[in-house]
Amino acid sequence: MEVEVLSRIQFAMTIMFHYLFPPLSIGLGLLMVFMEGLYLKTGDRQYHVMTKFWSRIFAANFAMGVATGIVMEFQFGTNWANYSRFVGDVFGSALAAEGIFAFFLESGFLAVLVFGWDRVSKKMHFFATCMVSLGSIFSAVWIIIANSWMQTPAGHIIDSVQNRAVIVDFWALVFNPSSMIRLFHTLMGAFILGAFFVMSISAFYVLKNRHLDFAKKSFTIALIFGTTCSLIMMFSGDLQAREVGFHQPAKLAAFEGVFKTKPGPTGMYLFGWPNTETETVAGVEVPYLLTFLMYRDFKTPIMGLDRFRPEDRPPVKIPFMTYHLMIGLGGFFVGVTLLASYLLWRGTLFQTRWLMWVFVFAVLGAYVANQAGWVSAEVGRQPFIVYPKVVQRADGMFDMIGGMRTVDGLSNRKVVVAGQVLTSIILFTLVYILLFAVFVFVLNTKIQHGPDEPHEPHEPSPLPAGGAGASGGGAGTDFLNAAATLVDRHGQTLASNEGENQKEEGR
Amino acid sequence: METTTLQMFWYVLLGILLAGYAILDGFDLGVGILHPLAKDDRERRVMMNSIGPLWDGNEVWLVVFGGALFAAFPVAYAAAFSGLYLAFMLLLFCLIFRGVSMEFRSKRPERLWRKFWDFAFCASSTLATFLFGVAVGNSMHGLPLGADGDFVSSVSLRQMLHPFPVCVGLFAVTAFALHGAIYLNMKTEGELHKRIRRWMWTCFWLFLFMYIVVTVFAVLAIPRATASFRNHPWAWIIVILNVLAIANIPRAIYLGRPLRAFLTSACVIAAFTFLFGLALYPNLIVSSISPEYDLSIPRAASTEKTLGIMAIIAFLGMPFVLSYTAVIYWVFRGKVVLHDDSY
Ligand code: HDD
Ligand code: HEM
Ligand code: HEM
Repeated sequence: MEVEVLSRIQFAMTIMFHYLFPPLSIGLGLLMVFMEGLYLKTGDRQYHVMTKFWSRIFAANFAMGVATGIVMEFQFGTNWANYSRFVGDVFGSALAAEGIFAFFLESGFLAVLVFGWDRVSKKMHFFATCMVSLGSIFSAVWIIIANSWMQTPAGHIIDSVQNRAVIVDFWALVFNPSSMIRLFHTLMGAFILGAFFVMSISAFYVLKNRHLDFAKKSFTIALIFGTTCSLIMMFSGDLQAREVGFHQPAKLAAFEGVFKTKPGPTGMYLFGWPNTETETVAGVEVPYLLTFLMYRDFKTPIMGLDRFRPEDRPPVKIPFMTYHLMIGLGGFFVGVTLLASYLLWRGTLFQTRWLMWVFVFAVLGAYVANQAGWVSAEVGRQPFIVYPKVVQRADGMFDMIGGMRTVDGLSNRKVVVAGQVLTSIILFTLVYILLFAVFVFVLNTKIQHGPDEPHEPHEPSPLPAGGAGASGGGAGTDFLNAAATLVDRHGQTLASNEGENQKEEGR
Repeated sequence: METTTLQMFWYVLLGILLAGYAILDGFDLGVGILHPLAKDDRERRVMMNSIGPLWDGNEVWLVVFGGALFAAFPVAYAAAFSGLYLAFMLLLFCLIFRGVSMEFRSKRPERLWRKFWDFAFCASSTLATFLFGVAVGNSMHGLPLGADGDFVSSVSLRQMLHPFPVCVGLFAVTAFALHGAIYLNMKTEGELHKRIRRWMWTCFWLFLFMYIVVTVFAVLAIPRATASFRNHPWAWIIVILNVLAIANIPRAIYLGRPLRAFLTSACVIAAFTFLFGLALYPNLIVSSISPEYDLSIPRAASTEKTLGIMAIIAFLGMPFVLSYTAVIYWVFRGKVVLHDDSY
């Protein structure tokens, strides 16, 4: 096979594997901040146990994220050497900033979070948890900025003598047209994943009648968070799609399967199957919808792929399918979290066994949505690795000016040959399968083991009432207060389940 | 082309990052190399937990080194990484296995499970160290850099294993093993501690032997390495200080000053990194084909603007990094004690 195809397969494989872990770190990290904050606030040991349990899972996940992340860092040099030469001046600084600002923070304080329970004070421990969460968010910040620059380049000029992109305006690079929108969207995706992950394991415990108090409290925190994020996601996804429409119209056309530009408004497929031979889509179409979502009117046509030269067109099948999968799952998350919130308010949530089962498996959907989103974003920008400037001519056709094509980004053929890439793909496949199996196995061990019981003798005594209030203040504490009240109220609705709780404690 | 101040700054800063990595990850790689010498499961856990909270932060130095090399000298980053493709892949596999073996090892009680991860931990630590040494040896020797700033052909693993790089590789293994033993000496107590003192001496003699071999080899076979001393005679001071530091290691061990021994061996590693940087200067990669093709600092560098922005990032970030690294080393000071949260 060609080096190009192999290198792309390898990149896709390694980044998708890496991206199984960071979103959970980001989402779970923030949830742990809430949990430990509640512990400091209320002194309820259950929250202490909770933070500790989730931090163990966090640590295993984090180790996988680190191990697979190192591969990413060096892969630009090994497989995409010409790309690295071309963009080093702009792209490299974001990568270096990520290391300095994010990874040090994260890995350093993770040590305190995991191993420091009885070495530092409670407040210092909480501080460490906050820093780990902040660090994981920062690493998303810088890498997303780097990626967004590839999607919507800004702040640079092309030095044609040395054939490279040269930085002229750092802040224009950082705040390029898509970076903040994309950052917001990916963070929400990660938060949703974190919430669904916690809900999945908690629902499992509820169903198995184990660790009930722990499970219900965890579930409630995650549900509040997950519902909020799922709702925000609708708004964020809309922003994201319009940004794509303005800056990468060919990508939008691929997402929506618009092969031909038709006069008048364009509809949107809820689901469908694009046929690239006949250039049609078989599926369920809502008329006017796409035009409305894009332009907020009912007349502007959406530009189709026929307005682009054939060599500038992205593939359609993969972006179309993955994009619709992501949106469908987004709708599912909103529906299922709203339903659960309603039942929580009614006080019957934890008796609704079928819904608990849905939550046990819904986390897979969150993983799939995150992956699908990336696949659509990255495949949809093909055949470019650095997106060109898109200009519409008077006759309606689009010119793509500048940028860099994916083929031109590869390492020199005389240096990196297909055999080498293939060898490393095979090795990566084997290693990743092994790692993944081990990871799932260890995760299962931890889940089966469950949280510690809150009344162990060596546990530190709860904080005196009000003891924690001094540290925080401001908006953060307000939120925690609100959450604590909510959970308290929820605790009362649970009074009817007292019998179950007693049974739990009896073991 | 003249080397500008900023370019020089980044050359030096990369050296500092590399030295920081070698010193910090050096001891945890060393612990990995010595791992099989532990007698029973408890000892193995003590050894792993001595580096448990620290190794990831140490590895970040490598990640930042990679990112900084990419940003400051993209041409060198691209040429070296694509040219040494399979060697880098092998290194990546080692780093992957090292990280997960520590995380996973003690999560299950089965003997086979623990044996497997013990093996992975030791093998990957040793191989990674050896590969670092081989890479250093090869860069001193010169790599097949062509006129276009790219390698003329890929370098296979076998081609990398000349006698000189292999010697440097073995030297690196002994140096990190020594560094790791000295570290463990600080972190353990009881019976294990006694045996570690014996390992420390063995490591020291092996290290000394390899040091002499590599030095003689470099003087005889690597003309560039000696040439840089002719241009920069003051560098002899570093060599002499380095020899004194090496001599101070057994002295500190003998006097029972574990922390001092550790700091000394850290200085020794820093001095070696410095000498390596000097041997390359003013290039990042030297060509084995013709000196004209050498990738000099100005040829490999990014624009001044980028280097300036990155310098700001470094000045903003590094004080934070150093201060919380210090805090974390402080929090985890003292002897290793196993408890529930341990690996
Ligand atoms: C839980 C995950 C999740 C969910 C429910 C959604 N997304 Fe998403 N989406 C992502 C996770 C994600 C992502 C993984 O974070 C991506 C990949 C690249 C990116 O910027 O974010 C993404 C990309 C992405 C893109 C492509 C951006 C680009 O190519 O530059 C668009 C247009 C949308 N999303 C729109 C939506 C819409 C309209 C949704 C409906 C609710 C939606 N997303 C739900
Ligand atoms: C800063 C972050 C990222 C950068 C710089 C980046 C860059 C790249 C590059 C260089 C390629 C190879 C060229 C190509 O085939 O398009 C690529 C492809 C790809 N990337 Fe990304 N990527 C990033 C984030 C991600 C993430 C987080 C994912 C998903 C988890 C992802 C998914 C993919 C996929 C699936 C491909 C293959 C596309 C294809 O084969 O056509 N990317 N990306
Ligand atoms: C091609 C692009 C990417 C590169 C080069 C990269 C690089 C790395 C590296 C080197 C690490 C290990 C850091 C350590 O040793 O502590 C890492 C971990 C991490 N990365 Fe990536 N990464 C990429 C894509 C992404 C994306 C798209 C995200 C999030 C949106 C992300 C978020 C994280 C996080 C949160 C961690 C910490 C480990 C964890 O939480 O699992 N990375 N990455």
